[in-house]
Amino acid sequence: MSNLSHQERAQRIAARLASRHASERRFRALGFLSVALSALVLAFLLVTMTANAVGGFKRAELRFQLDLAGGMLQIDPAQLKNDDPVRALEGAGLRDVVQFAAAKALGDKAAAELDSEAWREVARKIASNPALLNSSFDVSLAASDDLASGLRGDGAPQMVALAKDLAAQGKLATRFDPGFLSRSDATSPQAVGIWGALKGSMLTMLVTLALAFPIGVFAAIYLEEFAPRNRWTDLIEVSINNLAAVPSIIFGLLGLALFLGIFPYWRSAPLIGGMTLALMTMPVIVISGRNAIKAVPPSIRDAALAVGASRVQTVFHHVLPLALPGILTGTIIGMARALGETAPLLMIGMKAFVATPPEGFTSPSSVLPVQIFLWSDEINRGFVERTSAAIIVLLLFLLAMNAVAIYLRNRFENRW
Amino acid sequence: MSTLHDLDAIEARIAARGVSVFYGEKRAIDDVSIDIGADYVTAFIGPSGCGKSTFLRTLNRMNDTIPGARVEGEIRLDGEDIYNSGMDVVQLRARVGMVFQKPNPFPKSIYENVAYGPRIHGLSASKSELDEIVERSLKRAGLWDEVKDRLTDSGTALSGGQQQRLCIARAIAVEPEVILMDEPCSALDPIATAKIEELIAELRGNYAIVIVTHSMQQAARVSQRTAFFHLGKMVEYGRTADIFTNPREERTKDYITGRYG
Repeated sequence: MSNLSHQERAQRIAARLASRHASERRFRALGFLSVALSALVLAFLLVTMTANAVGGFKRAELRFQLDLAGGMLQIDPAQLKNDDPVRALEGAGLRDVVQFAAAKALGDKAAAELDSEAWREVARKIASNPALLNSSFDVSLAASDDLASGLRGDGAPQMVALAKDLAAQGKLATRFDPGFLSRSDATSPQAVGIWGALKGSMLTMLVTLALAFPIGVFAAIYLEEFAPRNRWTDLIEVSINNLAAVPSIIFGLLGLALFLGIFPYWRSAPLIGGMTLALMTMPVIVISGRNAIKAVPPSIRDAALAVGASRVQTVFHHVLPLALPGILTGTIIGMARALGETAPLLMIGMKAFVATPPEGFTSPSSVLPVQIFLWSDEINRGFVERTSAAIIVLLLFLLAMNAVAIYLRNRFENRW
Repeated sequence: MSTLHDLDAIEARIAARGVSVFYGEKRAIDDVSIDIGADYVTAFIGPSGCGKSTFLRTLNRMNDTIPGARVEGEIRLDGEDIYNSGMDVVQLRARVGMVFQKPNPFPKSIYENVAYGPRIHGLSASKSELDEIVERSLKRAGLWDEVKDRLTDSGTALSGGQQQRLCIARAIAVEPEVILMDEPCSALDPIATAKIEELIAELRGNYAIVIVTHSMQQAARVSQRTAFFHLGKMVEYGRTADIFTNPREERTKDYITGRYG
């Protein structure tokens, strides 16, 4: 080495330069390729989902005039202020009135293909606006599955013919269905909605957050700032790390054995679901929280202690605010995982058919991923598009949740 | 063990007797006894790893935060044993403030940095009183004129020297009796260093100041008493002028003349 002249040394370096540059270019190309590939897959997913979901937010509807003038319904408007106006209207014969009006306007064959529960939509409309009771108005109601298939062109031949005929007269069309966002599960894809599952997911996530975030953060603070370093804390640390890696269905079994053992009447309830998911989310928050707390420079702690802050004051005035962005990042990851989780919720009975949105934390409910799982299992082709629409709703919910967390994180982000 | 020059009978604010510090099995400080007077700046000098910072941190029990650290012997602050179980460490640190090697302002506003101590100790009855404390502390730290128009700016946006003076302001806002400074200028340029040294000279008399420094010139400039540490022992302690011109110990002389360090 030492007996090389400057020239020889320069030559040796130059000889290897080409291959060194080539390897750098190779690495860059590979990196770019992998990023491009993931972007492509993501774009493909979003495009196909959105394309399918557009259909999922629509449904085939029959349009006709409903004439309630002249006291067709024998009902006192005061009854509409009752707890259950829909039942009152049913008692007054609304179902038959709707059926009769459909038959008059569309013909018997088409009227028979009106969704059997369609009158409920009329009932809800009247309940919210009693002035309709003595008037004549247009309604656009869900057609039956068979007729909807006919309109898509993949049903029974006579349905295809009927649908074609009605569509030509402008009496049958696919229309945007805002009710999809306000109804709950049903047996027919024409009548399903996502609100029940969406509300269930919201309630479940609230429970998960309310349990996992404080417990996780306090555990992280205690372990990082207060716990003595000994064999017990080592054991706890290893256990928490393992807990984060446990397959989610096992948490479902734990929830089943533990929570449903204690509260057997709250099967399928968001409270139990949230508690089960909190078990799963907590270790993620503890681990990310500990890392975030560890990353706070020790000089900040020294500074606070040296002016006479107690350890708790040091943690809550200085360490925690600085660690919060990191903790929130971990919380986003944990919560996103919990939101998309199906398996543990199946174990605690959240796969039941629930046709009404949950009233509270203890009423039976479904959640978005389970709803998607259930619909994707349906044979009826109408559910395919509804499933995609539900996936879009789930993704939007996820985005909204993350947006809130990122907003909070940026607000707390500190520059030092 | 250690050689003491004949000192005037000083009013000892801090009196340490037979202090040893252990990190686990390792003995970092070996049997140090020293009286630190109220009216002086006392400098601790010595080569890296000699234990001068460790000893400084025992004086306000900052070593408590290090797992495995253990202190033997007795340290009295105005006659009270600070390692006695009756001494609350929060109270102690309010009386013995500290400035660190690297400026470490809180990532908060300049005002909040200074106001933090008085606030947690409940030293001000009102907002205006707190404002006064902040102003007085910043003035004493010689920073007021530079920051009075931007008290809400982040403390971390200041220059290194300004940050260190902010840390001094933060320490004196609590009105401690003693201020410990752990190499306060080692991360600063010469101009900022000169300002801090001026400040130390101004603060002398109001506070007992103990400063650890690597720079013998600095010790000679700012202090009236100097203690020389070597390998965990205090080798010599006396008037700064005596230590630098007429050291009694061979090791002190070797260090001062640059034989090692």
